[in-house]
Amino acid sequence: MGGMAMPQVAPVESPEIEEAPADDRPWVTIVWDDPVNLMSYVTWVFQKLFGYSKEKAEALMLDVHTKGRAVVSSGARERMEMDANQLHGYGLWATVDRD
Amino acid sequence: MFRRNGSTCVATFAVDEVRVLRKVAGEVVGLLTDGMDHTDPVVSRLFPDIYPDRPDDSEEFRLYTEGDLKTGKIDQAGAILAALPDEGEGEVRLDGEAAEAWLRAINDARLAMGTRLDIQADTDLSAELDDAVLHDPGSSRVFQLSVYAYLGYLQESLLNALPEIE
Repeated sequence: MGGMAMPQVAPVESPEIEEAPADDRPWVTIVWDDPVNLMSYVTWVFQKLFGYSKEKAEALMLDVHTKGRAVVSSGARERMEMDANQLHGYGLWATVDRD
Repeated sequence: MFRRNGSTCVATFAVDEVRVLRKVAGEVVGLLTDGMDHTDPVVSRLFPDIYPDRPDDSEEFRLYTEGDLKTGKIDQAGAILAALPDEGEGEVRLDGEAAEAWLRAINDARLAMGTRLDIQADTDLSAELDDAVLHDPGSSRVFQLSVYAYLGYLQESLLNALPEIE
């Protein structure tokens, strides 16, 4: 980014920015603690699915384990639904909510 | 138990292990194909509501996603059946993709068994097993608990045998 002088033109509306909804709290994917899943497996799933570093994945896993739940991703509702659905594919107990 | 060999994960299974793994994977496939009963706690654990406080939204989401999720789970259990010898002892060699399918399938099997066995966060598996053996060494609970514990060790060994994720 940067370095090159940008021509001064009227700003173009970015197609990526969706209309701001009335309630703009982001949506979140939550993973809940359960007594069966191995800690090492949960860490592996976070690395595999979200591309998180081992440190970040382990910290999230420990949050789930000690606090009973952790927010593992946040963003648009559809993306959170997709994340939760994929987590269900891995056997993690995931739900979607507003932050 | 699995160990790393080059880029693959390798395990040698005894006759009984092959038999148990075939049975367990077959049971998962059976559970998923015999018209699922959503009041069954195992089914609710494998297919959780995405919006716990909004049953209608959960139901609508389920309508669009459950078919693929179920197919994925059947395929991953199928990966176990496909890699095992038909009968007798034998070696299993998994590449990265097959190892992932095995991990997910073992996890589904553990979730199903753990739910049926009522495993809780504070369950002491070996104490539980001792109790069950004292009560009746030939009981189905002893068998189920042993298989559940075995699958946990197997899953952990496969996780340890995987190459580090970049």
